[in-house]
Amino acid sequence: MMKRRTVLGLTASALMLGVAFAPAQAADTMKIGMVVELSGGGAPAGTNFRDGALLAAKEINASGGVMGQQLEISEYDTGTDPQTSRALVQKAIDEGAYNIWGTVYSSSTIVNMMVAQQAGVPQITGSEAPNITAQGNPYIFRTSYGAQKGIPALTAYFKDTLGAKKVAVAWVNNEFGKGGHDVFVGEMKKAGIDVVADIPSEAGAADFAADVARIKDSGADAVFVYLHEEESARFLREASKQAVQAKLVGEVTLTGQKVIDLAGDAANGAVAHVGLTADAPLETFKTFKAAFEKEYNRAPDHNALKGYIGAYITKYGTEKAGAVDQEKFANTMHGLCLKAAEYPGILMDTCWDDSGEMSRPSFMIEVKDGKQVVGETVPAN
Amino acid sequence: MEQFLQVLLSGLATGSIYALAAIGFTLVWQAAQTVNFAQGEFVMLPAFFVLIAMNSGLPLPLALIVALAVSVFVLGFLFKKAIVEPMQKHGNGGGLSLIIATMALAIFLKESVKEFYGAEAQPYPPLISGGTWNIGGAIVSVTDIAHLAISLGVVVGLTLFLNRTRTGRAMQATAQNPAVAEILGVDTNRMVLYTFLINAALASLASFLITPVYLAKFSNGEYLGLIAFIAAIVGGFNQIRGALAGGLLIGVLDNITATYITAEYRAAIPLVLLIGIILFRPQGLLGTSEGRTV
Amino acid sequence: MNAIPKWLWIALGLAVLIVAPIGQGNYFTLILCSWLMFTIAAMGLNLTLGYAGQISLAQASFMAVGAYITALLTLNGIHWIVAMPAAVVACFFIGLLVGFPALRVKGHFLAFVTLAFNTLVVLVLRNEDWLTGGSYGKFNMPRPDFWIFNTARKSDVLGIALSSNQKIYYLCLITFVVFAALMYGLIRSPWGRAFKGLRENPIRAESLGLDTRRITLLAFAIGSAGGGLAGSLMSPVVQFIEPNSFALVHSLRILLMVVVGGAGYFFGPMLGAAVVILLPEFLRFTQGYYLILYSVAVIILMVYSPSGLMGIGDRILSKLRPQRVVRGDMKEGAQL
Repeated sequence: MMKRRTVLGLTASALMLGVAFAPAQAADTMKIGMVVELSGGGAPAGTNFRDGALLAAKEINASGGVMGQQLEISEYDTGTDPQTSRALVQKAIDEGAYNIWGTVYSSSTIVNMMVAQQAGVPQITGSEAPNITAQGNPYIFRTSYGAQKGIPALTAYFKDTLGAKKVAVAWVNNEFGKGGHDVFVGEMKKAGIDVVADIPSEAGAADFAADVARIKDSGADAVFVYLHEEESARFLREASKQAVQAKLVGEVTLTGQKVIDLAGDAANGAVAHVGLTADAPLETFKTFKAAFEKEYNRAPDHNALKGYIGAYITKYGTEKAGAVDQEKFANTMHGLCLKAAEYPGILMDTCWDDSGEMSRPSFMIEVKDGKQVVGETVPAN
Repeated sequence: MEQFLQVLLSGLATGSIYALAAIGFTLVWQAAQTVNFAQGEFVMLPAFFVLIAMNSGLPLPLALIVALAVSVFVLGFLFKKAIVEPMQKHGNGGGLSLIIATMALAIFLKESVKEFYGAEAQPYPPLISGGTWNIGGAIVSVTDIAHLAISLGVVVGLTLFLNRTRTGRAMQATAQNPAVAEILGVDTNRMVLYTFLINAALASLASFLITPVYLAKFSNGEYLGLIAFIAAIVGGFNQIRGALAGGLLIGVLDNITATYITAEYRAAIPLVLLIGIILFRPQGLLGTSEGRTV
Repeated sequence: MNAIPKWLWIALGLAVLIVAPIGQGNYFTLILCSWLMFTIAAMGLNLTLGYAGQISLAQASFMAVGAYITALLTLNGIHWIVAMPAAVVACFFIGLLVGFPALRVKGHFLAFVTLAFNTLVVLVLRNEDWLTGGSYGKFNMPRPDFWIFNTARKSDVLGIALSSNQKIYYLCLITFVVFAALMYGLIRSPWGRAFKGLRENPIRAESLGLDTRRITLLAFAIGSAGGGLAGSLMSPVVQFIEPNSFALVHSLRILLMVVVGGAGYFFGPMLGAAVVILLPEFLRFTQGYYLILYSVAVIILMVYSPSGLMGIGDRILSKLRPQRVVRGDMKEGAQL
C-alpha cells in the first residue's frame, strides 16, 4: 500500500519500463495520462506544461488528493509529432487514464482529441488554436482561451489606443499562426483597418531581414506579430536593427519573459495582450511563481501556468461533479464558473462554456527597460 | 531602391555564413568523398561549447579558444578516427552506409545537446558588436559587414594556403589522386585528417558568427546543413570559391524572393535552384566538369 | 535451422501476424498498423535502393501523395477500394517523373534531387489550402466498409469480437501480404534480375542488352508506388494527415529502415521497420536518452555491418556452418 502511494516519478518510470501492473485501478489512485511534447520542436512548451502540472499534482496529493484519491501521473512524450500523440492518447486511455492532460501544440491536439472523445475521456489541453473547441467535442477543455477570443481583444487597442489606419501582420505559417492570422485579418476588416503587408514565415525561421524590410516599406502604423517565442525574439532584433518605427503588438508570446531574455533591448516597447502571465499583479500568481521557482529553480512561463491550472481543473471539476465519473465531469465542466477566492488553484475567476472554451480576465503588457509592465486589465468576454 | 539595397546587403551577410559551412563541406567531400549529413550540427555544436566554457567562468575570448580546440578535436579528429576511418577500412567509404552514419551522428549531436544542455534557445554573446551604418538608406550592422569580411578572408586565406604552402599542395594532390600522391611520398592519411580539422575549424567559426543571430538552440543545424549542401552544389562541389559564391547567392536569392515574390514559397527557391543546377550543370556554377581540385 | 523449409517460416510468421492484435489494446494494434504501413513504404524503397541502387530521399513525399489522394477521394464519398488504386497509379507516374533525373545523375546527387523534391511537396501541401487543407491538414477520413467487414465500427467476425482498430489492422495486413507477394514475384522475374544487374554493374548490364534507362525509371516508379500504397493506408488508419507528417525526416526514417534492416534483402525492410518503429517503444523507459542510444546503435551498425541486420544474420549463419564442420571433425577425432 505504501509503495502504491509513492506517486509520480517512480510509478511513471515503472509504467514506462513496461511493468504490467496496469490493470485493476486501485481505489485510492486516480490515473492521469500526461501526453505532452517533451522532445522535438515543442519541447520547451511541453516541458513547462508538464512541470506546472506536476507542481499542482504534488500540492493536490499533499492536501489529500481528489475525492480522497491520489493522482498517479504517467508521462507520454509525443516528440511533437501529431500521429505519435494520437497513439499515445490511445495508450494512456488503454492504461486506464481518468483524464488526459495535454497536448500543448494545436496540431497534435486536433488529432488526438478525437481518440479521447471516442473513449469518453475528458481532456484538458494547453492548445489555443480556434478550431479545437469548434469541433463539437464534449470532452475537451481549455486551460487558456483560444486565439479567436484573445485577438479580438486587441482590435480596440489598434483602433482606439494606437489609432492605426494601416497595419502589417507577420505570422508563423503553421496551424498556430494561421489560426491567429485568419482571426486577426477578419477583425481588421470589421474595424475598417487596412492590412497593408501580410507576411508569413516558416516555424524556426532565423532570418527576418526581408520580412522587416517589407513591413518598413509598407508604411504600416502598427504591426501584429504572431510568432512563437524564439522567432519573436529574432523578429524584434531585426526590427530594432532596421529601426522600425511602427508599434509592434502581439498576442501572448511577444512580451514573454523568454522573448525578453533572448531579444534583449530590442524587446523594449513591444506590447502584447496576454491571457496568462506569471507576472500578473495578483496574489495567486505570485504564490504560484514562488512555488514554481522553489521547485525547479527557474521562472515559469504561460505554459507552466496552463499545466498548473489544468491539474486543478481535474480536481475542482471532479469535486463539483461529486463523483469520479468521466461523463459527470464533462457535464459539470460545461457552464461551470470558478472563483479564484474559493478555488485558488484556478488562479483567476474563470468560466467554461458548452464547447470547452473558457473566459477570464486578461492583461495588456508592455516591455519597458527589459521588464514586463502590466498595464490595463481586459475584462473577461 | 532602399528596400532592395537593404535586402541585398542582409542577404550577403547571411549568405557569407552559409558559405563558411559550405566550404568545409566541400573540403571533406574532396578529400574523403564523405558527404557529411551532420554538417549543420557541426555548426550548431561549437556555440554550446562556448556557453559551457563561459558557464564555468571563462571570459568570452578564452571560451572561444577552448571551444575551438574542443570542436576541432571532436568534430575533426574524432569524427574521422571513430566513424569515417573504420568505415573506409571496411571498404564502404563514400557509400550509403556512411550517409546513414552521418545522419545518425546528426541525431546524436542534436539530442545530446538537448538532453544535456536544454531544449530552449539560449542567448549567445556576439563575437563582433557595434552599431549600425546607414548605406544609401539601407541599415547594415557592423556585425554584418564583419561577417562578410571574415568569409572573404577565409576564402583568400585558404586558397593561399592550398596553393602556396607545401602542406596545402600535398593536400590538393591527395584530393586529386590519392594513389599517385602516396607514391610521391605524401602522407595521404595525414592530409585527409588535415581537411577534417580545417572543416571543424570552419564550422566552429560559422557557429561563433551565426549563433548570436540564430540564438543557441539544438535544432539550429537542421536548416543550416541543408543550406550548406545546396550552396556547395550550386556553387560547384569542387571549388572553394564555388562554395562561397553558392552561399552568397542563396542568401541573397532567399531574401529577394521573400521580399518581392513569395513568402510562402520562399523555402522552395533554393531547392528549385538545386534541382536545376544538378540537372543542367552538375559541376556547379563555378565548377569545372572534370577533375577534383581543392 | 536449415531443416525447416522457408515456406514454413513464412506460414508461421503469418500466423503470428494474424493472432497478434487479438486481445490487445488499441495502442498496440495501432503500432502494428504503423509497422505494416512503413514496411510497405520501405519495401518500395528497397526496390529502388536495395535492388536498383538508386538513393531516394523522397519516399515520405510519395506517402504524402498517396495519403492526400486517398483522403480527398474518400472524403468525397468514393470508396477506399477505388481511391487506393488511383493513389498508387498517381504515385507510379510521379515516380516516373522524379526518376528522370536519375538517368542523368547518380549517387549523392540523386539523393539531393529527391531530398529537394520531398521538401517541395511538403511546401505545396502546406501552402495550397484550397485543396489540401494547408497546415490544418485533412481529418476524419472514413474507414472503408467491406459489406460483412466494416472497418469503421466494432462487430463480431467469425465469433470473435473485433474493434474498428483491429479490423483496420487486418486491412493493413491483407494489403501487406498481397504487396509482399507481388514484390517477391517481381524480384524473381527477369525484371528483378535486371534491377540487380543495374545495381551491380550498370555498364555490363547495358552491354548485355538491357535498356538501363527504362529499368531505372521503372525501379523508381514501382518503388514510389509502394510509398503511395502505404500512404493510402495511412489515410483511413490514422484518420488525420498534415504536411509535416511527410517531412524530410520521415523519408530519412524510411531510408533508415531499409538500411538498418539490410538493403537488397527481401525481408530487410520488415526487420528494419520493426526496429525503427518498435525499438523506441522499448527504449521509452530511458526517456530523453532513447534517441541518443538509438543513434549510437545505428552508427555502430553502419561501421561494423554496412549491410544491416540481415547482413549480421548472414555472417553469423556463415560462421555457424564452418563451425559445424569443425565439430564434425572433433567428433570423428573423439571416435578414433
